[in-house]
Amino acid sequence: MTASPAPELGSLAGIAASVRAGERSARAVLAVSLDRVRELEGDLHCFNEVTVEAAEADADAVDRMVRAGLDPGPLAGVPVALKDNLCTVGIPTTCSSKILAGWLPPYDATVVSRLRDAGAVAIGKTNLDEFAMGSSTENSAFGPTRNPWDLGRVPGGSSGGSAAAVAAGMVPLAFGSDTGGSIRQPAALCGIVGVKPTYGVVSRYGLIAFASSLDQIGPFATTVADAALGLEVIAGHDPMDSTSLDRPAPSLLATLDEGVSGLRVGIVADFLSAGSECGDAVVAAAEALAAAGAKVDQVRIPELLLGLPAYYVIAPAEASSNLSRYDGVRYGLRVDGPDAETMNARTRGEGFGAEVKRRIMMGTYALSAGYYDAYYGQAQKARTLVIRAFEAAYRDFDVLLTPTTPSVAFPFGSKVDDPIEMYMCDLCSIPSSLAGHPAASVPFALSPEGLPIGVQVLAPALGEAVMMRVAASLEAAAPREARGPVTP
Amino acid sequence: MARLARLALDDDEVGRYAVQLSAILEHVDAVRRLDTADVPPTAHPFPVENVLRSDTERPSLDREVVLAQAPVAENDRFRVPRIMGEAP
Amino acid sequence: MTGYETVVGLEVHCELATATKLFCGCRNAFGDEPNTNVCPVCLGLPGSLPVVNRRAVELALRIGAALNCKAQRSIFHRKNYFYPDMPKDYQISQYDEPINVDGWLELPDGSRVGVERAHMEEDTGKTTHVGGGGRIHEAGYSLVDYNRAGVPLVEIVSRPDIRSAAQARAYVDELRSILVATGASDGRMEEGSLRVDANVSVRPAGATEYGTRCEVKNLNSLRSLERAIDYEVARQIELLEAGERVSQETRHWDEGDSSTHSMRSKEEANDYRYFPEPDLTPLVPDVALLTAAAEGVGAMPAERRHRLSNLLAAGSELATRRDGSTDQVVTVVDLGLDELVHGAVAAGADPRLALARAANEAAANPDAAKLLDPMAFAALLKMESSGQLSATQSKEVLAELMSKGGDPGQIARRLGYEQMDNASLGSMVDEVIAANPQEWRRYREGDDKVAQFLLGQVMKSSKGRANGKLVAEAFAFRRDA
Ligand SMILES: [Zn+2]
Repeated sequence: MTASPAPELGSLAGIAASVRAGERSARAVLAVSLDRVRELEGDLHCFNEVTVEAAEADADAVDRMVRAGLDPGPLAGVPVALKDNLCTVGIPTTCSSKILAGWLPPYDATVVSRLRDAGAVAIGKTNLDEFAMGSSTENSAFGPTRNPWDLGRVPGGSSGGSAAAVAAGMVPLAFGSDTGGSIRQPAALCGIVGVKPTYGVVSRYGLIAFASSLDQIGPFATTVADAALGLEVIAGHDPMDSTSLDRPAPSLLATLDEGVSGLRVGIVADFLSAGSECGDAVVAAAEALAAAGAKVDQVRIPELLLGLPAYYVIAPAEASSNLSRYDGVRYGLRVDGPDAETMNARTRGEGFGAEVKRRIMMGTYALSAGYYDAYYGQAQKARTLVIRAFEAAYRDFDVLLTPTTPSVAFPFGSKVDDPIEMYMCDLCSIPSSLAGHPAASVPFALSPEGLPIGVQVLAPALGEAVMMRVAASLEAAAPREARGPVTP
Repeated sequence: MARLARLALDDDEVGRYAVQLSAILEHVDAVRRLDTADVPPTAHPFPVENVLRSDTERPSLDREVVLAQAPVAENDRFRVPRIMGEAP
Repeated sequence: MTGYETVVGLEVHCELATATKLFCGCRNAFGDEPNTNVCPVCLGLPGSLPVVNRRAVELALRIGAALNCKAQRSIFHRKNYFYPDMPKDYQISQYDEPINVDGWLELPDGSRVGVERAHMEEDTGKTTHVGGGGRIHEAGYSLVDYNRAGVPLVEIVSRPDIRSAAQARAYVDELRSILVATGASDGRMEEGSLRVDANVSVRPAGATEYGTRCEVKNLNSLRSLERAIDYEVARQIELLEAGERVSQETRHWDEGDSSTHSMRSKEEANDYRYFPEPDLTPLVPDVALLTAAAEGVGAMPAERRHRLSNLLAAGSELATRRDGSTDQVVTVVDLGLDELVHGAVAAGADPRLALARAANEAAANPDAAKLLDPMAFAALLKMESSGQLSATQSKEVLAELMSKGGDPGQIARRLGYEQMDNASLGSMVDEVIAANPQEWRRYREGDDKVAQFLLGQVMKSSKGRANGKLVAEAFAFRRDA
């Protein structure tokens, strides 16, 4: 089956401008969004919770501000969806895990507050692989999300719900988290734009941790400009996050249309496996940039291939510690037992799904006495090697291009029994996660079976502006039918 | 490992995870075998230091809100079954 | 315990006197209603992140400096273990790169105990065991209060340089004085601000290898510390004498039956899986931190004791300890009244008298004593030295001076402590002699004991106003005349 183009909601800037001008009410914009959710949610399962009442109250507040002559902000009346690992006060936040079912956070994530302050209207919490561990959203305790391009295929993950909601035109903007590719990979598989910012550009306060030294929050949108605006709103220093960089939010929109003339673009040859449709798209993307005036060359960075194994030591290790707190004592699920120790173990045994338990065990092993140096210690050194290799490459290039994913969206169930095969999905996205660098996925082509293919733009730390410029040029060169929104 | 991670697993799970974990370990073996003499570890992407806050009080949460989330609460405290182990 | 040497190392956990917790803005207070000083961070709620309290770092550096440690670049690690009183099921602590290393502490007897490290970490919550007499294993269930979770701690680890229970006690006592003097902690053991674990071993006298050590926990007072070490030393010697071996383990001091018990848990040996805390950045003792740490910190107790001792007459018979200090010196320094003494002596007061009044009478109300004007204190002491006031009167005036303030001369007059003129003193002495002819005879025959009696009679009839020294002189004058 193939998807058909969906009605456009209009650009974020357009929505916000009309709401700010009082031409359209936030409530009316919300109604369009909620209608679309009602129409498609049954097929797609993007959301763990659609918060209609809270959204209506927020929209009304925006409209009241407009009537009072106040400016609700740059996202006035824009409906947004939030990955269900971002804390929202009084609204269930589950990480798609049984262990957190029913938990009501007493606080908002910094990103959530910033969106509200910018006038955005959150319509609900989107599905994910449990605790953001996965690449297909099949690991959700509440059932998978489907890809709007083909309901028989995965939307990618872990932020599959957010990606599918944008790709299906339910919301023009959504947010996810990216630890090893969890924004970029589903963006690519759903034919939309997804951005992972430089580590520290967006506050992690209120993002339920998977791997603390890698996690970053970023936007999904159908266009580069919308993603840029979404990122501008949530970026900037936060005193609640010690790893938040103490510098102003990057200005992205101002330079978005400056083109790529004179920029040095490197194609990472190590990720162009012969004959793959995703690799072909990268070559075509590079040609398009060359035509727009960029200097394009191939570059070999074999150290980046260390990224995947290093990641699958570091991320589970940090996760094993981050997920210890789900012990049945203070919140969430409790499965009782005769003593506290048994209660803890039963709660965790029943509350966590298979992939989460697998990674907790892997991480516990990598940190345990006698293995720390061989695994965690070595992986941290491999991380240094990846960073050094990037540093060397960025002496010759302003940005690098790779496929976002090795393949297009795959059918449900095709990789669930083979963890390694599933982990390979993140091959191209992991290196910049380890380095803390920004990366964006832009829809660039369609596969022969009509599935979207993403191209990944990598830039050095804090290189968001140039990265988004390149992304905008790619977008201009890409066929319109390669990107959402679509109707399944 | 499951005990250290405090996970109750059935025999079936133990068997499955043992196979999968050894496959994963094999996959990450490239890292273990890496020659990293003179390579410093990276714990953090950016070398930021002394991120500190001032010693000023901020409002705490309402106890009712906090305890409302507890699986079991009693006497304004979180209740747990008896504890067998000692704190280190 | 002849034939064996005691070897003790102490781990002292000290709660820092900050306004807020180590990683969040919740109040750091003892005794508040349970679970009222909690927030997403110190409850370990999903998504929350720690941010280090600057003041806690300054106080940790201050403790390090007072213990002659080297301050260094440090990082936080996660110490992973499951326990209901620990909200994240890992403790943020410092591991192989602590903030302070390689110091020492000098005890009042002049001995020095090495300090291996003084590192920062967060405290845990408090667990109450319900049923089973409050004992953990017999309890029906437990209740947890997280007010204390996240309170900043500095753990001070001594080297195994301590050789007796008494020295261990002196070490903790001295450490407590330092912590209080620097303002780093309130040092209250009874409230758990100061908690001590002891690593105890014995070895044959003259041996260079250490024996197997046991860690003794639950030492809630200096007294239990001393008793537990004595018990543990005796237990270990008994084992060795019987040809058995001491096994390395953690033991629990039970105040009730005055013995230590093995705390074998059903868990295997813990594997804490330490790794660098990714949510925090390294600490570097830069100029700003070191300056703030040193700000307002005066001399340490050892130095202050030296200064006070030097003030006393050289070669004083009071100087019984090696560093020349006395119990009075220790008390005065401990209570922070040494500046008062120095001030009074500078204003002309007798050093010995100033020290005695500070260590005894002023010490009864140290808070008020600290507010005393050294000039007024000196004026009072001079009135006493010159015989203008009796010791009893002087103490009364001092009490009044501390509670209400004012001028000692005026207070003395208001209390009716007018100096008695020689004539009325003389007639009072003559009346006592007339009323007690037998005692007077014995006095003249050289019976010293009866002198006290006669003196007492005069004091009684003068209602304490007479100056004892002058009365004694009056009796002697009449005897020798
Ligand atoms: Zn708190």
